[in-house]
Amino acid sequence: MCLGIPGKVIELYHTNGMQMARIDFGGVIKEACMEYLPDVKVGDYTIIHVGFGLSILDEAEALETMELLKQIDALGSEEGTAA
Amino acid sequence: MKYVEEYRDADLTGKLLSDLRRAVSRPWTLMEVCGGQTHSIIKSGLDEMLPHEITLIHGPGCPVCVTPLELVDKAIALAMRPEVIFTSYGDMLRVPGSERDLFAVRAAGGDVRIVYSPLDALKIAKDNPNKTVVFFAIGFETTAPANAMAVVQAKAQKIQNFAVLVSHVTVPAAIRALMESPDVRVDGFLAAGHVCTVMGYWEYEPLAIQYRIPIVVTGFEPVDLLHGILMCVQELEAGRQEVRNAYARSVTRDGNKPAQSVIQRVFEICDRAWRGIGIIPQSGYRLRPEFAFYDAEQRFPEVRSIETKESPLCISGLVLQGIKKPVECTAFGKECTPERPLGATMVSSEGACAAYYRYGRLAAKGKS
Repeated sequence: MCLGIPGKVIELYHTNGMQMARIDFGGVIKEACMEYLPDVKVGDYTIIHVGFGLSILDEAEALETMELLKQIDALGSEEGTAA
Repeated sequence: MKYVEEYRDADLTGKLLSDLRRAVSRPWTLMEVCGGQTHSIIKSGLDEMLPHEITLIHGPGCPVCVTPLELVDKAIALAMRPEVIFTSYGDMLRVPGSERDLFAVRAAGGDVRIVYSPLDALKIAKDNPNKTVVFFAIGFETTAPANAMAVVQAKAQKIQNFAVLVSHVTVPAAIRALMESPDVRVDGFLAAGHVCTVMGYWEYEPLAIQYRIPIVVTGFEPVDLLHGILMCVQELEAGRQEVRNAYARSVTRDGNKPAQSVIQRVFEICDRAWRGIGIIPQSGYRLRPEFAFYDAEQRFPEVRSIETKESPLCISGLVLQGIKKPVECTAFGKECTPERPLGATMVSSEGACAAYYRYGRLAAKGKS
């Protein structure tokens, strides 16, 4: 139910006074409301839930997390304890 | 797709499992609150790959499952009215009411429509001025901003033939109720990543302190889930009880402020009954008085008198609190299947019983 799917903002426009966007979900295009993301720009990746953007995915945080997760294992492998 | 594939990477999953094996030294019981996480854990088989010291129990975070039978019966009564077009997220249509479900109402000629977004329900109202469109506004904090915006827009666009049947619930109140229950034993929580995307995680800090329990904000892909589990185990092994964030690409401490402000404008906190659990104080949202015009229970006062008791056969209340696993129910996979569900945890794809059934966890078994 709380499924949120990452999608890329490809177009921004207004409908009935609401900030709307066209979102590309890996080739499937759908409309979503961007009222809760006042700073959203074309090209941003957003989490979409029931037709609403809830967050702009933070690329720097994502890269930092990935690096951290990979490093944890590198240390473990050096200790020779990885299964 | 960026932000998806890399979080399903088998090599990284294997690496994280190795690290988890090194990190854990004693038994820990973790609860993932969110039904979407339960589904992902069972689908990816993570529950069977974890070190044997770690037990995952499944929490009450499936709004379809915890929507009380009484609300389902009210929804059905509204949907049967000839002047109503009843709109809902698809999952709710198969939830059994006392006598029938919403699909049965539709088969009998009721106008019941599945919508992807509450704004779709609003559009149906605009397109059908001679009908009243009722939207079943269920969900946790993740869904509340969308449902609230539909009400705000109905008022702004002067769409009067629109109403909502509200059954909103909140996660921190559920965590508090679980920690206060003498039957529930949880060492750490994986908090729901998308609830926290909206609300942030500051609300969980007093809970972590009061109940001396680590709470880790966790995403939904296998790598995210393992990252959350690893952080939670690291907290436990070190004797710390902090709130930590394993889903930082989407979640900040403060959450989405514009979304919170619209939730607060439209809804107020109320006591709410959870299916199978009972009333949890201060655990839900209802419409504020200034939006009472859009309350389906005010618009159709006759449904307010509907009161329903739940069946005693189903143990879904215990499953929702993590006290029992689905396979510990004698009806599981026998009298109760997704085709003929006895209770809501078998109906929703995010219910623990349905996830166990679908991914072949058919018998109780010890962990390897």
